[in-house]
Amino acid sequence: MNLKTLYRLRMMRRRHQLRGLLHRHELKPVSDRTAGIDPSDILVFTTLRNERIRLPWFLNYYRDMGVGHFLMIDNGSDDGSADYLHDQPDVSLWSTRASYRAANFGVSWINHLLRRHGTGHWVLVVDPDELFVYPYCDVRPLRALTDWLDGQGLPSFSAMLLDLYPKGPIGAVPYQEGQDPLEIACWFDSGNYMMRRNAKLHDLWIQGGPRSRAFFSDDPASAPALNKIPLVRWQRGYVYVSSTHALLPRRLNHVYEERGGEMASGCLLHTKFLPVLTQKVAEEMRRREHYAGSAEYAAYRQGLAGGLDLWTEQSERYLNWRQLDTLGLISRGNWL
Amino acid sequence: MSFGVVMICHTALDRVAQVARFWAAGGVPVAIHLDAAVPDAAFDTLRRSLADVDAVGFTRRYRCAWGTWSLVAAAQAGAEMILSRAPHVGHVYLTSGACLPLRPVADLADYLAACPDTDFIESATTADTEWTIGGLDIERFTLRFPFGWKTQRRLFDAYVDLQRRLGFRRRIPPGLTPHLGSQWWCLSRKTLSAILTDPDRARYDRYFRRVWIPDESYFQTLARRHSDRIESRSLTLARFDALGKPYVFYDDHQKVLRRSGFFVARKIWPGAEGLYRGFLSPDLERSRAEPDPMPLERLFRAATERRLRGRPGLYMQSRLPRRDREQGKTAAPYSVFQGFGELFEDFGGWLAQQIPGDVHGHLFAPGRAEFAGGQRGFRGGLSDSARLRDYDPRAFLTSLIWNSRGTRQCFLFGPRDAQEINWFIATDPQAQISVISGAWVVPLFRAGGDFAAIRQEATRLHRIETRHLEILRSVHTQARLRIWTLADFLDDPATPLQAIIDEISPRRQQPLTTLPRMVDLTGFGGFLQKLRNQGLQPRLIGNFPVGHEAMLRGPVQPAARNT
Repeated sequence: MNLKTLYRLRMMRRRHQLRGLLHRHELKPVSDRTAGIDPSDILVFTTLRNERIRLPWFLNYYRDMGVGHFLMIDNGSDDGSADYLHDQPDVSLWSTRASYRAANFGVSWINHLLRRHGTGHWVLVVDPDELFVYPYCDVRPLRALTDWLDGQGLPSFSAMLLDLYPKGPIGAVPYQEGQDPLEIACWFDSGNYMMRRNAKLHDLWIQGGPRSRAFFSDDPASAPALNKIPLVRWQRGYVYVSSTHALLPRRLNHVYEERGGEMASGCLLHTKFLPVLTQKVAEEMRRREHYAGSAEYAAYRQGLAGGLDLWTEQSERYLNWRQLDTLGLISRGNWL
Repeated sequence: MSFGVVMICHTALDRVAQVARFWAAGGVPVAIHLDAAVPDAAFDTLRRSLADVDAVGFTRRYRCAWGTWSLVAAAQAGAEMILSRAPHVGHVYLTSGACLPLRPVADLADYLAACPDTDFIESATTADTEWTIGGLDIERFTLRFPFGWKTQRRLFDAYVDLQRRLGFRRRIPPGLTPHLGSQWWCLSRKTLSAILTDPDRARYDRYFRRVWIPDESYFQTLARRHSDRIESRSLTLARFDALGKPYVFYDDHQKVLRRSGFFVARKIWPGAEGLYRGFLSPDLERSRAEPDPMPLERLFRAATERRLRGRPGLYMQSRLPRRDREQGKTAAPYSVFQGFGELFEDFGGWLAQQIPGDVHGHLFAPGRAEFAGGQRGFRGGLSDSARLRDYDPRAFLTSLIWNSRGTRQCFLFGPRDAQEINWFIATDPQAQISVISGAWVVPLFRAGGDFAAIRQEATRLHRIETRHLEILRSVHTQARLRIWTLADFLDDPATPLQAIIDEISPRRQQPLTTLPRMVDLTGFGGFLQKLRNQGLQPRLIGNFPVGHEAMLRGPVQPAARNT
């Protein structure tokens, strides 16, 4: 690594830190319960907008996993999300009406909160429609994984997005509050992913899955990135660069083996394709606050209008992490 | 006769108390060494929580750091405490705070009572040890290591290097033969006393203070000097992973730990409530089993294999090998047929009858990926979109093979297809490539039409295939390769087909009874001559005389099989 690259990366990191500082004033504390955080707690950080119906399942899912506290940013919900979160004893809530896009799609806000409250903790940065699974998650709590990562000297953990979808048109089966989203969206694509290494930040760029084949087969380069590094032992000076796809310093992005072996990895089960997507799409098309001019949402709108069904004969029904391990989507690595 | 236990601890003190209580309840004296880095308040809590247990004592506290003398000092202090306080004790067992007894105390007491003079300590000469970390074996004993391996790696490496270059060597004290082994030993009173009261102990201690990782060599070396009966194995199940970190056990390992027959296991995750509850239960069943590492060794080996080698042919979020570091470019053997689709009618249909597996059309066709059976999608959710495929042809092919593990994949290829994948396939030992060069001319011949256009297209295809053949014939090619010119192939089509099929399914014992139907080549010789007359030199097609096609009109006979 030459000095020039080193300098450029450092400047990039500084820039993202600075953006976090600049946007911190946009966050108004609604309920700040961070004083109750234990130094050993594993923390979840989330940005959301109008996700009320998903929240009960989301919170319980991560509570069961052993998460100690939730730090959440509500970006102008009007569906009661904020009131609900305000009542949760293990949630600290900030709210903002500022632009999601101007805050680098929420990353600047999250970076600020991570710096303030995440330092020294294992943090998990996930959206309300992302359910984290990792090897042995049925028998070992999240703390077992983070302790093991500590023992291995690994500061970060990879968990690519795995898009789940229902069989039949999206919206055919309604989703009830508190219901396991996997009861409706339980199908996935098991082996159509493409990945390459990003020379600048050394993160992987993973694309593929149902969104690539259904919405982007004519323009694969525009398909959404699926690589994610949501679990990090946070230190002062770390920053997320774009969503949770990549971090700086870039050694945090070295979550893959390049010499043939497998490192341990997990998945974020992405339960985006629930009936609530229909309202989301309408709203996001109006707001245009999403990545790449909300092109993704435009594609969804078109698909949804046509009674979009992502299911095919080749779809795989989700069972558990062992299935993902066997299929080669995640790996136990050398975790026994 | 009984035994005593030394526990070297620094964390998870509630678990330490739990285990100490278990030993004590079985009548075993325990000496706990607590790292001096642990705050006094925590020490007091631990001491108070064990205040009612007389059999537990606390040694002088050293500040312990990985790979340093402090760990030996702690073990010495613990051993001395047991030996002096419990005169009835015949063996001393060294454990850590992350160790968990797997069997009733009485099992171990009986086991040790049956061999009162035996020392259970893994101890091998450096020449016989492969597991040393950092590539240092005998040099652990002959160099100096003032810098921390974990904290000052660069200085550590540089200083080792410097000493090597200068030819620096420490003198090993006479009478000692360096031995290495697991830290977790169980020594007899006789041997341990001899080590601790050796008149030369001060000299040896001074020497070992400067040895690297002395906790893996101090007792291991000195036991060789004093013991008459060494069993070079540990009664503690403790292994290190591919990166030199200890394996950790969780609740879901309960069964395999129980079956192992070991007396103690390490490391146990402090949160493994099920293991602590299960193995520290007073009504654990007794047995006379010998420790048997095999079932666990299989797990360890599999984990090491996964971490260092991974699953061949798999490309995923945490395994993305650089080129030529793949350790298997694809997951399974597959076959590529070039020219066969052009020369035979429904070659795929015929092939599908000969071999078990999926026979695709032109997977890399310009319009779409022609999956077997005309499907729009294939295993794993692969799409037939040409754009998606050409966006990352390597991912397309490797996914196809990976998703179809257990089912042979065959597909057609040719100069009309996307060519970007050629290098990858050529350098893949799993690929079986069969080429009839120049066969692309057959569809041109059959389609007829404007000869100038045919001539132009022939030139284009000729150039593409020539480039492909250059790749296939390069020194880098690893695929199983067969190339015939069209003329040579037409001379005797049955033998090559038989050879290809035999290679795909070697267990198939009968010769081919049917051959694919060749397309009608009436007038083909004349067509080629016309191409030549127009100035094209179709070298790839081979030497095909005018009038030759007369021979081809009859049905092709299966080759006599050579046995």
